[in-house]
Amino acid sequence: MADAMSLPAAAARPRRRAPGAWAEALAGWTLAGPAIVLMWLMLLGPAVGVIGLSFTDWTFGAPQIAWAGAANYVELWGDRVFWQSLRNTLAYVAFTVPASVFLGLGVALLIEAGDRGRGLYRALFFLPVTSTLLAMALVFQFAFHPTVGLVNQALGWLGLPTTDWLKNPDTALYALGVIGIWQALGLNMVLFLAGLKAIPKDLYEAAAIDGADGAWDRFVRVTWPMLGPSLVFVVTITAIRSFQVFDTVAVLTEGGPNKATSVLLYQMYQEGFSFLRSAYAAALTCVFLAFVLLLTWAQTRLLDRRAHYG
Amino acid sequence: MRPRPLWFRLLRHALLAGLGLLMVLPFVLMVSISLKPAHEIFAPEFRLLPEQWHAWQNYSLAFAKQPLGRYLLNGLLVTACIFAAQALFALPCAYALAKLRWRGRETTFVFVLLALLVPPQVPAIPLYIGLWHLKLLDTYAALILPSTISVFGIFLMRQFFRTVPDDLLHAARLDGLSEFAIVWRVMLPTALPALVAFGLLSLVWNWNDFFWPLLVIQTDTLATPPLGVVFFANAEAGTNYGPLMAAATVITAPLVIAFLVAQRWFIDGVTMTAVK
Repeated sequence: MADAMSLPAAAARPRRRAPGAWAEALAGWTLAGPAIVLMWLMLLGPAVGVIGLSFTDWTFGAPQIAWAGAANYVELWGDRVFWQSLRNTLAYVAFTVPASVFLGLGVALLIEAGDRGRGLYRALFFLPVTSTLLAMALVFQFAFHPTVGLVNQALGWLGLPTTDWLKNPDTALYALGVIGIWQALGLNMVLFLAGLKAIPKDLYEAAAIDGADGAWDRFVRVTWPMLGPSLVFVVTITAIRSFQVFDTVAVLTEGGPNKATSVLLYQMYQEGFSFLRSAYAAALTCVFLAFVLLLTWAQTRLLDRRAHYG
Repeated sequence: MRPRPLWFRLLRHALLAGLGLLMVLPFVLMVSISLKPAHEIFAPEFRLLPEQWHAWQNYSLAFAKQPLGRYLLNGLLVTACIFAAQALFALPCAYALAKLRWRGRETTFVFVLLALLVPPQVPAIPLYIGLWHLKLLDTYAALILPSTISVFGIFLMRQFFRTVPDDLLHAARLDGLSEFAIVWRVMLPTALPALVAFGLLSLVWNWNDFFWPLLVIQTDTLATPPLGVVFFANAEAGTNYGPLMAAATVITAPLVIAFLVAQRWFIDGVTMTAVK
């Protein structure tokens, strides 16, 4: 942000404000004003409001509202469903992020390794990213159908064990995770393709002179280190998106069976909009926000340490 | 670089084609089921094409049971209004942040960056309460208003506007253009690729968003496409798969077709916005 201050125009102007400066300031505020007002009204204001609300006892539609201190957070601490939702959300993230990141990287490397069919493969893998997740979730529901679903038919044909994936508490969360991976993979692939294109070709030539000739050598000595910043970025945005898992839970399992797929946002939705406990749902939202901010903070720390390669 | 050996090229195609097939399999399955009668859908052996074509029955039933056309129109209306508003507010703001000097500019930009970190579900409860007070729940306004501002759009366009040379602005000012006119007649044309990228992302996000419409819409005729599919699934109790998959196909088709037509724009857009 400091560089914004040192625009050439700014440096050239005299220190005392020129007559035009006042007009420029007025134009700045007029042009940015509506957006600033809306930003506070629709995003920042409500975000602050949700934090405030989490310290009250308000239920939706109640005539009175009172300060409740940390009561909602104390209740959260003792809420078994909350811990279950948090564990489920973390397990979902831990399952989908590595799988979609490494599959995305693998596909990107394979696409870059040849000339034929690049456009076609890119399109195939990217297609799920733009598709309506909710409609596709219903297709997956059918694919996971215990008897006629393609998944069990294929597994049965291979002689592998089958189950009712979405109704079995041990597998339901991971069945949803498969849908998450399916949708995230293409986005990660495209981001890695951009990262791969940005690696200067002469680095590979230099590595070849140093004796790194095999594909694996080139990968370990050039590609992997140079992809560092892309990797951190891709992991962070995939993790943040995984944290927001909601659609598939809401339409396929409704948090069940027996809370096995209850995730933070789904519990927030139930508390806030089914049970109308707005303040308690606000506390859940704050926990959710804290985790997302933690991920972003971790990303900046990692990038600061790794990104200085010139 | 040496040409790759034949076995490597074959392996590459085998892996990519195999995995790629898995990626499109759900789409194939969806269309395949939408063409079949119930007894073939629940047949023990899966076949790609139906023995007895039931496409007409499934699709006409889908359109008859629920206002599918209305869902699509709602989706179009809502996404178009949202993008128009986002562009209308974000472009002038991005210009002011990128090219004008005014007190409060740095602070404003810090708040834009801060707002970028807030996931869209966080403001949901206060926004819902606000709309309830204004008696706007279950209206188009409830769907559109919260998304009229995109801090992502402001950020993206600012990054692009900063690369526009200042000489262009000086020339425009000498020609007597107002700052407002500069935004639309000088800056916008130079940043068209960025605006298209932003537009596509906005379209994909708002067409597919389910969380917010689920909260604020109860009336069937106001549903956006994803919410409409759920209304449909609930009405059919999830057993009548033929018409359900027909409905899913209809709802998914617009974005899939848009992607296939403007594929390069989509992928370049995502890349551009990620690398900034």
